[in-house]
Amino acid sequence: MTPTALHAPPQATSSGLLDNYRIPDFFCELMNRRDPTPPTLQCVKDRLAALSLPELRRRTQAAEAQLYRMGITFTVYSDKEAIDRILPFDAIPRVITAQEWDHVERGVQQRIQAINLFLHDIYHDRNILRDGILPAELVLNNPNYCEAMVGVDVPGGVYVHINGTDLIRDDNGQFLILEDNARTPSGVSYVIENRHMMLRLMPDLASGLPIRSVEEYGLRLHQTLCEVAPEGVVDPQVVLLSPGIYNSAYFEHVFLSREMGVPLVEGKDLFVENHRVFMRTVNGPRAVHAIYRRLNDDFLDPLAFNPNSLLGVPGLVEAYRRGNVTLANALGTGVADDKAVYAYMPRIIRYYLGQDPILQSVETHICAEPDGLAYTLANMNKLVIKPVGESGGYGLLIGPHASQKELADFREKLLADPSNYISQPVINLSVTPTLCPDGVEARHVDLRPFALTGRSVWVLPGGLARVALRKGSLVVNSSQGGGSKDTWVMAS
Amino acid sequence: MGDGIMMNETQGHLLSRYAECMMWLARYMERTENLARLLEVTETFVRDANGQIAWHSIVQINSDEQTFLALHPSGDADAVASFYLTEQANPASICATAHAIRENARAVRPLVSIEMWTQLNVFTRWVLDLKEKDIYQNSLSSLCTHIKQDCQAHFGVTEGTLYRDQAWLFYKLGKTLERCDQITRLVDIRYHMLLPQGEAPGSEIDITQWTAVLRSAAAYHAFRRLRPVTITPANIVGFLLKNEGFSRSLAANLRLMDETLALLASYPGLRSRCSQLQECVAELRVTLAEQTAEDIIIRGLHDYMSWIQQQLSQLQGQIASEFWPPVSAVAVQADFQMQA
Repeated sequence: MTPTALHAPPQATSSGLLDNYRIPDFFCELMNRRDPTPPTLQCVKDRLAALSLPELRRRTQAAEAQLYRMGITFTVYSDKEAIDRILPFDAIPRVITAQEWDHVERGVQQRIQAINLFLHDIYHDRNILRDGILPAELVLNNPNYCEAMVGVDVPGGVYVHINGTDLIRDDNGQFLILEDNARTPSGVSYVIENRHMMLRLMPDLASGLPIRSVEEYGLRLHQTLCEVAPEGVVDPQVVLLSPGIYNSAYFEHVFLSREMGVPLVEGKDLFVENHRVFMRTVNGPRAVHAIYRRLNDDFLDPLAFNPNSLLGVPGLVEAYRRGNVTLANALGTGVADDKAVYAYMPRIIRYYLGQDPILQSVETHICAEPDGLAYTLANMNKLVIKPVGESGGYGLLIGPHASQKELADFREKLLADPSNYISQPVINLSVTPTLCPDGVEARHVDLRPFALTGRSVWVLPGGLARVALRKGSLVVNSSQGGGSKDTWVMAS
Repeated sequence: MGDGIMMNETQGHLLSRYAECMMWLARYMERTENLARLLEVTETFVRDANGQIAWHSIVQINSDEQTFLALHPSGDADAVASFYLTEQANPASICATAHAIRENARAVRPLVSIEMWTQLNVFTRWVLDLKEKDIYQNSLSSLCTHIKQDCQAHFGVTEGTLYRDQAWLFYKLGKTLERCDQITRLVDIRYHMLLPQGEAPGSEIDITQWTAVLRSAAAYHAFRRLRPVTITPANIVGFLLKNEGFSRSLAANLRLMDETLALLASYPGLRSRCSQLQECVAELRVTLAEQTAEDIIIRGLHDYMSWIQQQLSQLQGQIASEFWPPVSAVAVQADFQMQA
């Protein structure tokens, strides 16, 4: 990479896509990798450079119109109406080399093995608490700790069958785990649909490159669910349980049930009789053995949890506890992806596996602990402070971007309920070239790879690359105006 | 069965909710196409005794007098077009059926082809965005043509891409049932509108108005090809009810319904659920086959049409109670059908 060439002033005759790209100080996935550019990346770069800005805009508009027509949308509910929105799609792919991916894959596999062992332990012998590796109250008083799971044996000891790991890259390009999503992680449908869109839209860009396929996710998911069905069932009936057509992620539920070839059911399609689960078919009741549920724990069973839930199935939890049906993911997995437990994850990995973590976590201060709170209060303007129970980028404070008033207000919230917060240093998230209103500019990006765990852990070679479309923004969540990109994992 | 592949035994168990939604998806699509055609034909061809566009005949055909008068107490005939296109408070309007189509399509989206869903997604969004002013700006007939073509595109995409399993059979049941319903309503109302009480069959008739009846059912050119010696009301009624070659006739759709039920009954375990329905359809076919159009008219066309409508409505009810029974009834059945 020759910086002079890249910083060259725009020429009147040239309209190359990357001509005006201003390389920021951050690690840039494509343009500023701090070491020689690998050949596959160089190839993508050269092809992009040959494309013109109007051409990219034309293709992007075509893509977005197509996504809208196909209803690849999520629903945003305002007071009065439901609006279908597409997840903004950026046509410049994010490329991950084979070597980088090998590291990510091993790190994710290790993490999920540890999480499953941890969940088994805290719902059985609680050795880790007895050995003082993390505070017992953090686990046992955790709102996501599920009493109904105590002493329950799940098939294969697998609690988290479907996991999404949020990764970021720091200034040096090092991958860090930002968050685990061990409940009902969403977004995998976009990984696959983005790829389809990309191949339709940019066949010239992808041609001849060793990009690893993301096609087999649905098949693998079905296989995983069959592997963890109750023992002795020869030909398990798998279903996907959705809150229904009004849920904002309904498209993804449709996508996954279609890819698996199994029915998408709502709570009212299922019932429990003699602690066995059945679905209502035109041929009468039909036994169900494994449920990929896209419903939170609280809503699953009005008899066991929220008695007002109309979405769930009465008696489901007892049928599950008796081992007559498998739920994926298991109940009570939210303890493992809790933002406070996150701080202990390196120690949890060492405790169960006797290994050093392959992927590092972000340094985390726990405000429930006096030291952590004191440090956080003293450094508010330098830290990201997050409520532990929230997801989707809600309710967090980014210190360096906050006004004096915002800092003061947040300080009060923090002091009123310190154990609800953790803090982390602001990481200079890596950036990637992204199509913006004024041209191609650097925008922050993260990566959520998805892993399936049945008899072993399999990581989909790719992941949801979420990109913050607002300049300088570090929040990539779709609910906060983020977009997405296709992620190309190279085979070599 | 000749499925062409090794497959698991779990196939062939259609979720009750899917069956119900497929049936209604087809019914609403068919209803929408019919209504669009009726509006278009009425505007162009259908006139009352004073030469005015006979908008009210549409209200009569659809038995919507009460709803219409509640919204338009003056009974203003010009309001009929918007009442049937964009009026949200009218559950029979095209914008209301489009809403129902959309909800059903969303429910069966995991089951149907992506092409089917995409077409329905674009179509229903377009209809739901229509405003009253669009009727006047674009002319009613071009709007209706657009709607009709989208419906026909739907039927084509469905024919070409939907997998032929039980879901397809429920879809076909819905489509044929709706066609039976539509044709009997049309014949019933138009016949009595054109032949006031007391006038004998065979008296002089208004050819333009009778051909408009044919056009309302997309039957005009098919009828011409038969080159009937005389155009009489009995000829036209006979064609619309009894002609097996005309795809919207009562006879053709009762036959299709019969065939569809026979296919459904061939699935393991479904024979007994279908037998009562098959008997009901068989009876309808026999009554129709045994009478000529003249017989039907002399014995009382209106009574016969009303009886058929009642039977169709009962049939829909029986299908519902066999295949998507109310929740409590399923729980009782489960006691003796338990299989792990």
